[in-house]
Amino acid sequence: MSAPAAAVPSAEHHDADHHDVHQLRKTAMWVFLGSECIFFGAMISTFLLYRTSTNGAPGAEIFNIAFTSASSFVLLMSSLTMVMAHHSFERRDLRQTRVWLAATALLGSTFLAGQIFEFTEFVDEGLTAQVSPFGSSFYMLTSFHGGHVAIGVMLLAAMFILALNGRLYADRGLNVELVGLYWHFVDIVWIVIFTVVYLLQV
Amino acid sequence: MATGTSHPTPRLYWTIALILGVLTAIEVTIPQISALDVIKVPALLLFGAAKFLIVVGFFMHLKFEKSLYQSLFFTGAIGVLPIFIVVLLTFRAL
Repeated sequence: MSAPAAAVPSAEHHDADHHDVHQLRKTAMWVFLGSECIFFGAMISTFLLYRTSTNGAPGAEIFNIAFTSASSFVLLMSSLTMVMAHHSFERRDLRQTRVWLAATALLGSTFLAGQIFEFTEFVDEGLTAQVSPFGSSFYMLTSFHGGHVAIGVMLLAAMFILALNGRLYADRGLNVELVGLYWHFVDIVWIVIFTVVYLLQV
Repeated sequence: MATGTSHPTPRLYWTIALILGVLTAIEVTIPQISALDVIKVPALLLFGAAKFLIVVGFFMHLKFEKSLYQSLFFTGAIGVLPIFIVVLLTFRAL
């Protein structure tokens, strides 16, 4: 008998070491996120070192705080939709899971579009990666973060497609959880970048 | 995302999102008010840290997780602070 369309299906076979693998993957994820803190911390340190080295080119004064605030709000709310996706998945509600995963991917894409728009505005005003140490460190940091967001959107899209095809199995919920952890991490990195790189420099 | 512990409810998630939105609004307002220049840096760092911890604690469920996961994450998150200080002191930027 087939499962209801909106219910999360179960995989057909179980690995005897499933629990151990689950713990191992989750531990690995937290190690990865801890190391990513150091990675982004090093780049934020570099930006702080060069925050005044503009070589006469534009610096933090060209930041559009209102626009970046709106982008930050969008990314913050994507954390809400992500946690709702995970919550729906745990309740075995595949329809709601799909809706929240799609909403998260959409909000992430909106943030990325805003970042691309912001970069083009900055380049038009003369702030490029080559023009000054400030420009180099700013673009390096924000681009790496944007790259992480882009990877997150791709992971969310993959989860959404699996959910759409009924292949997001209940006993593989760790995948949703790990993608969620990654997504929230991308959000907390932006919380730091928004405060240190944008708000403290204006 | 913890196992074997009670999770927050959707109502709590929405409340947390509202708090995060309000904190962001306050953060954005602080640099616009010149009278708050004296407390700008500590206030922004405080609000940023609060948002960071709220997301980590409730949305990432680390508050409800095993101490192993908490240790692994905070080793990186707190370990980065000496890096900040050493780098900035080394290059006389602090």
